[in-house]
Amino acid sequence: MSEQKITINGSLLAFEPGQSILEIAEENGIDIPKLCHLKGAKPTGACRMCLVEVDGWGGLSASCVTPAADGLVVHTESTKVIESRKNTLELLMASGNHNCAIGTPGGSNWEEFQEKAHEYDKGANLCPAWGDCMLQTYAYRYQVKGDMFAKSECPYPLEDTNPFITRDFSRCILCGRCVQACNEIQVNRALSIGKRGSDAKVITGIDTTLADSNCVFCGECIQVCPVGALVEKDVVKIKDHWINDKVRTTCSYCGVGCQLNLHVKDNKVIKVTGVEDAAPNYGSLCVKGRYGFDFISSPERLTKPLIKKDGEFIESSWDEALDLVSNKFNEIKKEHGADALGVFTSARITNEENYIAHKFTRAVLKTNNIDHCARL
Amino acid sequence: MAGLAAAFGSGAMTNPIRDIEKADVILATGTNTTENHPVLSSYVKRAVTLGEAKLIVIDPRRIELAEFADIYIQQKLGTDVAWINGLMHVIIKEDLHDKTFVADRTQGFEEVKQMVEKFTPDYVEEITGIAAEDIEETARLYAKAGVASILYCMGITQHTTGTDNVKSLANLAMLCGNLGVEGGGVNPLRGQNNVQGACDLGGLPNVFTAYQSVTDDSARKTLENKWDISGLSSKVGLTATEMIPAAHDGTIKAFYIMGENPLVSDPDLAHAKAGFDNLDFIVVQDMFLTETAQLADVVLPARCFAEKDGTFSNTERKVQRIREAVTPPGEAKYDWEITCEIATRMGYAMSYENSEEIMKEIAQVTPSYGGISYERIEKEGLHWPCLDENHPGTPRLHVGQFPKGRGQFHAIDYIAPNELPDDDYPLALTTGRILYHYHTGTMTRKSEGLNEIAPENFIEISAVDASNLGLSENDMAKVSSRRGQVKANVVVSLKMNAGTVFMPFHFAENAANNLTNPALDPVAKIPEFKVCAIKVEKA
Repeated sequence: MSEQKITINGSLLAFEPGQSILEIAEENGIDIPKLCHLKGAKPTGACRMCLVEVDGWGGLSASCVTPAADGLVVHTESTKVIESRKNTLELLMASGNHNCAIGTPGGSNWEEFQEKAHEYDKGANLCPAWGDCMLQTYAYRYQVKGDMFAKSECPYPLEDTNPFITRDFSRCILCGRCVQACNEIQVNRALSIGKRGSDAKVITGIDTTLADSNCVFCGECIQVCPVGALVEKDVVKIKDHWINDKVRTTCSYCGVGCQLNLHVKDNKVIKVTGVEDAAPNYGSLCVKGRYGFDFISSPERLTKPLIKKDGEFIESSWDEALDLVSNKFNEIKKEHGADALGVFTSARITNEENYIAHKFTRAVLKTNNIDHCARL
Repeated sequence: MAGLAAAFGSGAMTNPIRDIEKADVILATGTNTTENHPVLSSYVKRAVTLGEAKLIVIDPRRIELAEFADIYIQQKLGTDVAWINGLMHVIIKEDLHDKTFVADRTQGFEEVKQMVEKFTPDYVEEITGIAAEDIEETARLYAKAGVASILYCMGITQHTTGTDNVKSLANLAMLCGNLGVEGGGVNPLRGQNNVQGACDLGGLPNVFTAYQSVTDDSARKTLENKWDISGLSSKVGLTATEMIPAAHDGTIKAFYIMGENPLVSDPDLAHAKAGFDNLDFIVVQDMFLTETAQLADVVLPARCFAEKDGTFSNTERKVQRIREAVTPPGEAKYDWEITCEIATRMGYAMSYENSEEIMKEIAQVTPSYGGISYERIEKEGLHWPCLDENHPGTPRLHVGQFPKGRGQFHAIDYIAPNELPDDDYPLALTTGRILYHYHTGTMTRKSEGLNEIAPENFIEISAVDASNLGLSENDMAKVSSRRGQVKANVVVSLKMNAGTVFMPFHFAENAANNLTNPALDPVAKIPEFKVCAIKVEKA
């Protein structure tokens, strides 16, 4: 079988039949801008950012939905492509409160624009997605200010009537990633595109709030939102929340073992995201994994050993507590035999800790009375 | 786990999670997957809505997953052996079984064939309440699939016949040749992040690491040499569910408890509490002053997962890293560090530089973890068995052969649950988790957001039962069994059949386990959390 090849930006590249131009480009490290494309979901070609020019075709084609064919010659950054992208970005920037430093809205001055945005989102900061926004990234890359078209007003109020997710319709670019994530990745079927034309809106159910819908707050929509339309309600209240350290780990709830990033600021976990390119979850999480981390920094955490004296817990030193425990264990073992001791290790602690608990029980206590909550 | 080990020689999920999307038919039973394993449930939902898989859901509650099912069946509580035998009856009668697989890879088929002879669809309908034609249709769908996967969870195991239930599912899968193949398998979904690892690494009374029996002289000898000690006990220890009664009768005098909260999670809590009260000494190592820790003589503060380096083994036997992201509060320590210090003070020095050094020792004494090292799992975990440093890991078990050679069929008869509704306690209770909370709530109930969505204890009850009892939505109900009583908010739910009531067990202040029956499965020693008799009244 002869190998099929296409040319992208002057490079001759082999491909498998059925691959889209976008897929081939990405495989070969060629970055084509895209806003609506969602890994694992069916490409829609909706955002018009991934348009490319193909020699001899006239017009421009959405690379995410255009299958490659042998001998095609493709340009991803031709003058025509760049002009088209700038135009698309201008329209998107004019479509709502894209009030990062990139934007200069047409007609009105910068301050007035900021005030309006703050009035809408009840916040005093710039857009909460600042620094983590694909629209901002591309606007910067193509030096688009958003001053070409008149600003349109968002007809829908901001919604934050649930504990986890803020929906800011004024920053939604209707890329449809959240709808696809909800229906094609998590399959929770809570989101859809409702209404038409300039009234178009991402809706839940018959256009109710998230809290009143069948949303289960998995947060997949936040994870995939390329702009600031869907954000974590609590996180955006933290000053400079986008400056944080990401530590990859494994979720500590159920047995699926989702890979997650703990976002740490000032020695506190402020946010959790799914690791996009890792099995088994590929970025997906559930409500507990994504939002159930308050316990880590709970003021109720134990900080010192406690010893009960006359029915009351008294804080003690480690030395005192450990001496008491080891003396008592030795005493009971001597008096009643090793099998008078029982150890509950845990399905919640690490493999290493279970091994140590097991070694301690068998080798030091000399009993096999060890179990954990597998049965419960 | 005991059931699968008896059938195959290994008691763990046979296939990797990714295989779910490769199945032609998925049979999910006793697993409320969308609430208990939400991310895994997406694999099932995608397979059905975007792929071409057919889904069979068999569960006493009309759970969310039922909305995605091609066949949904609502059986009576605790009748699983009967419907599984019924499926096998139809499959054998209609000659739909995989005769080559049965002949080449299994033993004991004739006994099963004889046993299921009497489980005609009509007989099964009598026991389970499942219409005879539904049994036939389900049997055909499962047996005619190119490859079919079975998913199950505590709805299968938490019965006095839990081991029988699991063996029956293993029978069904072997009968249709669904083992050792992509997309197939018998897959228990593990409910806790590291329940697999705790079992693998010796946190069980009958085995050392990698399921080496404590009665095996050579296993003991190897460990004695490695650990430089003598006199490892060859007497099988007590399970958690046996240790509580042993505390009660005074044969156990002290408990050392790490990261567990049995005083919310154990059955028949009044009895469990009495057992604890009878002990001379209790040490609890935890992040919080849990209901169990409050009874302790000494409480030791432990780090939480975000403060630890180490590994967890997930439900598909994959060993994955966890990493220290924040420093622990106050003087909290690693659980292993505390245990080592106690050991040293008791006269046997145990000391490690860090978790990685412990993993190196694990690899030396645990054949299935022989090839696991932090270096190898830095980016992507490895599925055990992983025998040596060059072994690629084993995502799929039982390809070509079972660990015990041939797969073992078990002929199993139906036995009713230990406690059934009667005149005094006319309804059946089944317990479980909900999406927004986890186990005894120690962690999730510290979250304002989760508490806002799921603030308090409730029961789900059918409209028929509610109206018979004069109960409306949001009424407060008093729920009692022979062992105790709790209060619960009433939710009239389409999920429930008349006669069956559901209650979550997360809420310590109204703990469902005040009601549950501590009767145990004779082999696995699992309590029958999924069926007990109750009465419900307006509070």
